Parts: sequence; C-alpha cells; structure tokens
Amino acid sequence: MSSVEPVRGAPASGGPAAAPPGDVIHDIGFRHYDGQRFGRSWVVRSLLVETVRGVFGLGRPARSKVMPWALIGILLVPPLIIALSILLTGGKELPISYTQYPGAMQFVISLFVAGAAPYCVSRDLRHGVMPLYLSRPMKRSDYVLAKFAGLTIALFAVLALTQTLLLVGALLAKLSVGDQLAGWAGGILTVAVLALVLSGISLVIAAFTPRRGLGVAAIITGLLVVSGITQLLIAIADEKGYATLASYLPVLDPFSLVDGFAVGVLGVEPSNGVTYPAGALGVLSFGALVVATIAACLAVLVRRYRKVGGV
Amino acid sequence: MDPLAADRTPGQVSSGEPAVVVEGLTRTFGPVTALSQLDVVMPKGVVGLVGANGAGKSTLIKILLGLLPPTSGQARVLGMDCATQGLAIRQIVGYMPESECLPPDVSATEFVVHLARMSGLPSAVARERTADTLRHVGLYEERYRPIGGYSTGMKQRVKLAQSLVHDPRLVLLDEPTNGLDPAGRDEMLALIQRISTDFAISVVVTSHLLGELERIADHLVVIENGVLQRSTSTADATQLSGVVLVEVTDGGPELVARLRAAGAQVAEGSGTHLFTVELAGEWVIDAVRDGAADLGIGLVRMQRRRHHLTEIFRPEQGGAHVQR
Repeated sequence: MSSVEPVRGAPASGGPAAAPPGDVIHDIGFRHYDGQRFGRSWVVRSLLVETVRGVFGLGRPARSKVMPWALIGILLVPPLIIALSILLTGGKELPISYTQYPGAMQFVISLFVAGAAPYCVSRDLRHGVMPLYLSRPMKRSDYVLAKFAGLTIALFAVLALTQTLLLVGALLAKLSVGDQLAGWAGGILTVAVLALVLSGISLVIAAFTPRRGLGVAAIITGLLVVSGITQLLIAIADEKGYATLASYLPVLDPFSLVDGFAVGVLGVEPSNGVTYPAGALGVLSFGALVVATIAACLAVLVRRYRKVGGV
Repeated sequence: MDPLAADRTPGQVSSGEPAVVVEGLTRTFGPVTALSQLDVVMPKGVVGLVGANGAGKSTLIKILLGLLPPTSGQARVLGMDCATQGLAIRQIVGYMPESECLPPDVSATEFVVHLARMSGLPSAVARERTADTLRHVGLYEERYRPIGGYSTGMKQRVKLAQSLVHDPRLVLLDEPTNGLDPAGRDEMLALIQRISTDFAISVVVTSHLLGELERIADHLVVIENGVLQRSTSTADATQLSGVVLVEVTDGGPELVARLRAAGAQVAEGSGTHLFTVELAGEWVIDAVRDGAADLGIGLVRMQRRRHHLTEIFRPEQGGAHVQR
C-alpha cells in the first residue's frame, strides 16, 4: 500500500480520499433511506409478480422448476401435433376446437394447478410467513387478492399459449383466417374464465391444507374426482330419463361448468360430448354459477385470512 | 389509577417525542383480559418489554402495528394513531416475530429483497439495501443459499434483517434471543444495541429474561397479566447505591475501628477483610484511603455498588400484587 500515490481525480475539496478500486473496503456504516416509499398498490403488484414468477419456479431451486415446465411442455405438444397433422393430411378444420382443448387436457391442467396453488398460499401458512406480510403496509385482503390474481394470470398465460399455438398451427395450415381468429378469441375468453374458476377453487383448498403435499393431493382429488362423479351422475340421470337434470349436472365440475358457459355464450361445440341446457335460462344459470363460484371462493379466502397469521 | 405511576420517567433517556405512547389501553378477548388499562410512554433508544409468557407483550405489539384494534384506550407510535394509521405506521416500523417465519426454499437474499419491496421500496433500492442489511447483521456468502440449511442463529439474523431492510424509525423485536446458545445470545444483544447506537433506529425488544435486557436497554417496561408493573429508565434503576464495598489484605478490624471512630457507618461484611461503608460523603472515601495508608495495609478494592435491576423489581412486583 505504501506505493499508492495520491489518487487521480480524488475530490479536491479535501474530503476522505477515495482509495484505488479493489484495495480497501470502507465500512460506510448503516445507510439511511430517505427516498420514495410506495404504497399499497406497489406492494400488491410486487406480490402479484412474485407469485407469477414463483408458479413457474423462477427464483426458486431447480427442482421447483421441473413440474411446472414439464406440464407446460406436455400442454404445448398436442397443438404442435395437431398443426402437423392438418399440414400433412390437408384437413379443412382443426380436429379439436379451441374451447374443447382445455377439456381434453383436463388432467394436465389439474396437475398444473395442483402444483401451483399450494406454492402460492400453503407455503406462507406452513412456515408462518404471514406475520411478515401483515407487518408491512398492506391489508389482509390485499394478500388474498394478489395471490388470486397472480395464480389466475399464470394459469391464463399457460392456457392462452396453448390457444395461440393452435391458432398458429391452423394459420400455417392455411385454414380460414377469419374463422380461426374468431375461434381463437372465443378460446381466450374461455380459458380466462377457466383460469379464474380454477384459481379460486384450488386456492381455497390450498388455504385449508397448510401441508404442501396434502394440498397438492387434495386439489388433484378435488378436480378429478368431482369431474368423474359428475360424469357418472350425468350418465345415471340420462339413463333414468331426466334429460333436463342431466343437462344441468355439468355445473358440478369446474371444467364442464366453464365449457357449458362457453357453449351457451359463444355457440361452440361442447367438449367431451356433454349436452348443456338449451336457451337463455341455461346460459344465464351457467353464467351466474361461474360468477358465484369465483365470488364465493374469494369470500372464503378473505374470511380464511381474517384470523391467519398470529399477528 | 396505577399505584406505580410516580415511578415513570418518560423521555429521560433521549430527547424528542417518545417512540410509543399508550394511554388507558385495554384489550379483551371474550372473557380474557390481555391488557388492562395500560399507560406507558416508551422513549426512543432501546426499550425492554419484560413479562412472562402470556403477560400481554404480543398483544401490545399487535396493537402497536395497527393489526388489532384495542377494546378501549389508545396507542400512538411515532406520533401516529395505531387504530387509524396502521398502514402508515407499518411503512416505517419493522417487526421481527418470535415464531419461525422463513420459507426454507428461497435464499436469504431473495426473501429479504421480496420483503423490502413489500415494505414499499423500489426494486433497485430493495436489492441494494438487502445486501447492506444482511452484511450488517452478519450474513455473508451464505446469504445466497436456501434458508432451509441455516442454523438457528443465522435464521434469527435473517429475521432481524427483514425488519431493518426498509430503514424503519422503530423496530419491534419479539423475543429475538429465543433458541440461541449463550454466544449467539450475546451476539444478538450486541447487534440490537448497535441498531440503536449505530443505526439510530429505536428498538422495542421483548424478553421474559430481565437479566439480558438489563444489559442493553435504556428503559424497561415490565408487564404482568396485562397490567403495567413498572416503567423506568435503566440508568435510574441501576444508579449507584450509597454504599462502598471495601476489601483489604489484612488488618480489616483495625481499619473498621478507625472508620467508626471517624463517624462512618460500617456494616459487617462476609469476612474480616471485607466490609461495606455507608457513603455519607466524599470524606468517607478519603478516610478509607488514609486509614489504609496509616495502618500500612493493602487496599484490594473500593467499589461503589450499583443496584441490580432484579433486586429492584422483585419487591416492587410483590407490592404491586398486593395493591392490585
């Protein structure tokens, strides 16, 4: 250090001389912050962004990235195959419609949600992180809304990507642009509603199962078993000749509830060969139930978080 | 209202407005009274909040953070009303919970950056301050590893860092030494003292151990069963008592006799060469020195005794019980 000459460009005012870079580390002590502090909207937005990133495993260990990206990969393969098949066989339309696609991939989508929702809420409950959130400038309902919006956006992004890939495939195969764009728009609307419904339901289940593994299992069971039972009930009602009842039973399963809503509103083909009630009453009741489900899930979540956190 | 009101010494430790002012604060949970008519002023600096488990410390902290409305009475933190200005308070107050509160699958850096943003800091500032704060609490290279692999001491440091990262004016630390070994405890206490002296951030720290708060607190508040027992500055409580402890090599009785002759009040000590003298004035000390010199005996020590906090609080608490 003795060879160090007076530093060129050192402050002429005679303040503490700056050492050559790399030679000395100054402990400048604790620095205070007098800059801007953002309010609730920034806090909620940051939590939302963090949630979306976390669902895709960003900022988490490598093993947390495996499941979401494997499932996203699986969801994106069929559109590629579909695009290839029409390119090769020269079909006139997509073998599966935009709105039918989520129904066909129900199992994979359920797995994705089952992995994501417990990450969003169970982790904070299990490890007692809530007091740290609650002691910051936000309200309990802000946390719930940010988590709900984050999961919905993440899920919507994945589903919208599959829809868009279908569209790209269809356009590459030179199918009618107008028809495909209309179908794609309907598909986007449908997956948006589906993302809202699935996020709500899965977050409610996850918020009551602080153990992550249990949460995953409970959501898979919830979504798949309910779907199976619904199919069974529809079959029985059909058998016994209660056609109207059979047409309303799909509301029990979130996937067919949203599908029925899409069929009623957009006039598209139903997926899984289900018959939905015809007429305005059917559309209204499916629409009302979609809204009611989302609202009820949010209400339950807000209620659940009223007491949570210990602080 | 409170029999001990005369003992309170608000604002003696440091100047300026107090960090916390609580007036007539009562909080009940159904039939259970967690806090009862609490009146206390906590000055800036390090305030120790002492009480057994269930004394009402955590309830008080929840009210101060604006997360729990009081049943009656009011509380103000840094001049802001806890009942109505909770969001503003939480923007400039840090809180370190007693319980485990760290997810194992993220690194300390990731987690503290996230919580800094949750406190309203812009992202770039959050990252910068996280690196700074983790260094100040003593976390270096390990801050990039997932928290799941940390020791208890390191986890406590992360918890402390998240309460400081947004440069609060006041931090509420709930049992920060819980679960630490003696060495870790000492380090944590030293760190808490630095928060006040070096970082200029006021501290309210709870503990059920009076002895450890005695070392770092400028002011002590003792609550029991939701009732204020005592609020006093540590300097007052540990002020010099009027007694000098004298130890000599030999010739103790002769020295005692000389002192008594000079008019000093001498109490018999534990041995012939150890005794205490009532400090009636500076002349007593001179008399001890001159006496030892005249007798040609060695003076091992002359020590003015300080009161110990524990010896002050014990009888007071007993008295308060009776008065209640």
